[in-house]
Amino acid sequence: MSNDAALSAREYLQAETAKRIMIFDGGYGTAIQNANLQEADYRGGLEVTADQKGNNDILALTRPDILEQIHSDYLDAGSDIIETNTFSANSISQADYNAEHLVDDINRESARLARRVCDRKTAQDGKRRFVAGAVGPTNKTLSLSPDVNDPGFREVDFDQMVAVYRQQCDALIEGGVDFIVIETIFDTLNAKSAAMAAQQAAEAAGRDVPLMISMTITDMAGRNLSGHTVEAFWHAIRHVKPLTIGLNCSFGADLLRPHLAALASQSDTLVMAYPNAGLPNDLGEYDELPEQTAALIGEWLQGGLVNIVGGCCGTTPGHIAAIARAVKDAAPRVIPDLPVQTRLSGLEPFTMAA
Amino acid sequence: MSQTQNSSTQFVNIGERTNVTGSARFKKLIMNDDYDAAVEVARQQVENGAQIIDVNMDEGLLDAEVAMTRFLKLIAAEPDIARVPVMIDSSKWSVIEAGLKCVSGKPIVNSISMKEGEAEFLAHARKCMAYGAAVVVMAFDETGQADTKERKIEICCRAYKLLTGIGFPPEDIIFDPNVFAVATGIDEHRRYGLDFIEAVAEIRARCPHVHFSGGLSNLSFSFRGNEPVRRAMHSVFLYHAIPAGLDMAIVNAGQLDIYDDIDPELRDACEDVVLDREPKSGGDATEILIALAEKFRGTDAVAEKAAAEWRGYDVAKRLEHALVKGIDAHIVDDTEEMRLAVKQRDGRPIEVIEGPLMDGMNVVGDLFGSGKMFLPQVVKSARVMKKAVAHLFPYIEAEKEEGARGKGKIIMATVKGDVHDIGKNIVGVVLQCNGFEVVDLGVMVPWQDILKAANENDADMIGLSGLITPSLDEMVTVAEEMQRADMTMPLLIGGATTSKVHTALRISPAYNGPIVHVLDASRAVGVASTLVSETQAEAFVERTAAEYEDVRTKRAGRGKTELVPLEKARANGFAADMSGKASAPKQPGLHVFDDWDLADLRETIDWTPFFRSWELAGNYPAILQDSVVGPSARNLFDDAQKMLDRIIDEKWLTAKGVAALWPCRRDGDDVLIDADEGTVRMPFLRQQIAKREGRANMCLADFIDPAGDWIGGFAVTAGHGIEEHLARFKADHDDYSDILLKALADRLAEAFAERLHQHVRCELWGYAPDEQLTNEALIKEQYRGIRPAPGYPACPDHSQKPALFDLLKATDNTGITLTESFAMLPTAAVSGFYFGHDQSEYFGVARIGEDQLTDYAARRGVDLDTAKRWLRPNLD
Repeated sequence: MSNDAALSAREYLQAETAKRIMIFDGGYGTAIQNANLQEADYRGGLEVTADQKGNNDILALTRPDILEQIHSDYLDAGSDIIETNTFSANSISQADYNAEHLVDDINRESARLARRVCDRKTAQDGKRRFVAGAVGPTNKTLSLSPDVNDPGFREVDFDQMVAVYRQQCDALIEGGVDFIVIETIFDTLNAKSAAMAAQQAAEAAGRDVPLMISMTITDMAGRNLSGHTVEAFWHAIRHVKPLTIGLNCSFGADLLRPHLAALASQSDTLVMAYPNAGLPNDLGEYDELPEQTAALIGEWLQGGLVNIVGGCCGTTPGHIAAIARAVKDAAPRVIPDLPVQTRLSGLEPFTMAA
Repeated sequence: MSQTQNSSTQFVNIGERTNVTGSARFKKLIMNDDYDAAVEVARQQVENGAQIIDVNMDEGLLDAEVAMTRFLKLIAAEPDIARVPVMIDSSKWSVIEAGLKCVSGKPIVNSISMKEGEAEFLAHARKCMAYGAAVVVMAFDETGQADTKERKIEICCRAYKLLTGIGFPPEDIIFDPNVFAVATGIDEHRRYGLDFIEAVAEIRARCPHVHFSGGLSNLSFSFRGNEPVRRAMHSVFLYHAIPAGLDMAIVNAGQLDIYDDIDPELRDACEDVVLDREPKSGGDATEILIALAEKFRGTDAVAEKAAAEWRGYDVAKRLEHALVKGIDAHIVDDTEEMRLAVKQRDGRPIEVIEGPLMDGMNVVGDLFGSGKMFLPQVVKSARVMKKAVAHLFPYIEAEKEEGARGKGKIIMATVKGDVHDIGKNIVGVVLQCNGFEVVDLGVMVPWQDILKAANENDADMIGLSGLITPSLDEMVTVAEEMQRADMTMPLLIGGATTSKVHTALRISPAYNGPIVHVLDASRAVGVASTLVSETQAEAFVERTAAEYEDVRTKRAGRGKTELVPLEKARANGFAADMSGKASAPKQPGLHVFDDWDLADLRETIDWTPFFRSWELAGNYPAILQDSVVGPSARNLFDDAQKMLDRIIDEKWLTAKGVAALWPCRRDGDDVLIDADEGTVRMPFLRQQIAKREGRANMCLADFIDPAGDWIGGFAVTAGHGIEEHLARFKADHDDYSDILLKALADRLAEAFAERLHQHVRCELWGYAPDEQLTNEALIKEQYRGIRPAPGYPACPDHSQKPALFDLLKATDNTGITLTESFAMLPTAAVSGFYFGHDQSEYFGVARIGEDQLTDYAARRGVDLDTAKRWLRPNLD
């Protein structure tokens, strides 16, 4: 244990994933919904003009107790890594609540809060736990035009997006996150700008903050919204040397499997995946039971597809506990030794022997 | 992985039409703000096969940054275009960076250089790394553009060192060592073409993993306005630069000539200029080319006319042309036209076959016979023939007339227990091309069916084929049964393990009718034609019989190589130094691979045997430049690459495999393998030929430590899914694609075996984690450890396979099954053992004695006759 403690977060993850499959956390939306919060809970004592109900990220400032409880439940369920509740804590998404001015505070406090819960548990049992600062995609896209009559139009440009992500990453790092996880990537160019911002933020802070990159697939053919296949996406983002590459959200674990397999075979880094609890029913609810999700994830293990698993929409601490049990004794994925190739991509991968 | 397309290519064509400096039309569209039409230009580029599109907006009157970003955003919205990577091309860094901010995939930046010094060069390179882009590096430094070979090498090597020094991935570096104009009349320019080619070869050797690109149009600048000469110069240049290492070029692929199709006089003149050679006829290369150029000016139209001209021939001539050239585009229409013409004069549809089609095939046969055409072309011709015949067939059937007999009728079959048919199909095609009617019974055909088909079809002869050694015995059985049925028709024997000696010694004595061993497809026509000839058959049969008798007499009289008693052979076994045994595996046990990436296997393909299966002799890649079979090999290779693209993109095949590593120990000549189910005894055979002093009598068990060791096993296939496509080709009368696909699946299976062995060495067993081998080194097996396969020289007993398969649960894990003769199905499959000792090597067991046979049967737990049957090729 004393040796482990001396390792950096990156080194520890690399060493530990060689021994076992590590556990990420699950969704926050369901648990927050269950708390039946009112607008006043969201707003707290903040000076904000718009209705804040549904602005889950702001709870880090107004009801930290709710988030602390969820973090704590996930850690008790077996999570090695928990995410900050900051999926929409960027100036573009917060503008919907007229809360752009709170972006720094939300990210910093959210990171501190998660850090605190992890450190408390670690003090109790000595097991290391990590905080990943969650960076969502925003609701703007760099690759697509919102105007069908003008395919060349874009609502934002690359430099703007770098600035938006940079602000969020600076605050998350200040709050003490171990990793930055760029997740639910529906637009590959957004992800490239986010990764560039995260690298700049880490460099400015003078810290090694490894990147976790997680794409989401939006159609059964295995492409994201900007049209990239998982391998084309990997080629486009491989230059940032992420600590983990993977998939989240999308569909359930069963439908994600072939795409994960394609990614896992081509990626010379750790693979992390956290699927939804199946597909939502007619009411938009996820009703896949913990054991079902765990069993489906169990099937990934036979192919050696993953190093870190968790859950996304609709998953609960119950799901994570079941997943943790299912993967406990499984052999982790071995990072493949890939030939030296020139890996380019458009929407599809293009390789040349080199 | 079926959802993605992966291209892995030798030479990359970069589309150049979306470049305002290179295309007047594109420039006009952009200047006129007609971006819709400009986007269509990009679409056509991709449709025409550009694998990367170069976008350049460097025009003085344009705001290049605005134009670049606008165009890149527009094509991002077109999935047909955005599919391929972009090359952002500008001499201004600000334009490049603006472009990088719009491209969602991983692009190439074209270009950066040391023109403004190291600091700026590295700053730009760092930006490329940050945005994630490969980069073209121009051979340019503070003092100017590299012109000579030495300067090109010096600048590129310096750039390489600087770039790798900041962690730039070497595989993302593409050097452009500057193509300059030759034949300018200025003496210093004479070596420019050669300097480029030689510099590429040298830089490639010094700077691992880099690529090379070049803009071709500069080369022929002196001949602007004379397109035929420019195209010839470009083709000649590529022909020599690609083998040196040039692997991409900005080029209009549609405007390149095929090297062999260039007029030889023009080609020689271009070559003299490009390679700075002394013209054979003396004189000055440049002056000769300039003189010649006038003659070729405007031959474009002539060539196009020639290409279309054959469509104007009369219909019989068109059919011949299509057959000889292997063009199937118009064959059904032309055949129909011929049929109607024949009908007009009250002829019968069969006359179309007997007349013009056979005439055409005779030309093909003559060209093939005289070595002017090669097998792949012949098979293409056969495809055209088959399509024509298929069109006529319903009309012939409708008339219910007896089909013309042609030269003769041959029953062909791969014998029972064997599933290999590439060779048999090739022979079938060649015979059909030469007027024989072939009744192909397929694979795994029992002797009853062969005899029955021969009688029912009133055949002229039977042809048997087989690849694995147990098939040799089955051929003897067929011969015996033919004798029992009092048949007299000739029996032809062919296939990789067959030989004249085996045919003479074993098959010929079993049958009184004529028996002929046919060495390869090119001999098949001669043999079959002679056998049906009224004048030559008798003499040929007698001559062959006498020849085989001679073989038998010589064998009988010849002193056999001396065998030593088994005990003595064991005493002279190989004493392996057990300090060289491999460490315990990192990941013991069974490892199943459900769907190995075919694109990965493609990289590991050993092409030389591929060409051999088409009877093209020579080693890859030299064979592509061979003066005799080169053009044929190149065409075949092109077709193979195209089919591989589809195999991979459309996921025609699935590669499944299993590998396992078990604890074991040696017990005499056996290896005791500790598997989950208990201990399995795996007996091996030992060489018994008397050896010179100091040479051991080898046995695979010698490489295993009696005190405890490890052994591995594997089975792989790349054949799942093949049937559906073979059926499609069959339905389309396309033997060429049928054979090509089988041959490629075989190559992928072999590549899989090689790749999996590497994975085992580096990862699963892990005794060679740091192994770094090129594909050539892999093919030459320059690694530690061996993977002998049951049925091959080091362990020649095919009947070991069931035990190996049980250990591997191979059928469950890979879907490979075994026939009664232990051939694997799908046929594109490989299985074997892994030995990790650093002294382990391949050898041939060769002939063994009765004493070992008896001993081995006991160890295997089978009766003597069974053992004899499986080991027949190793007995006397």
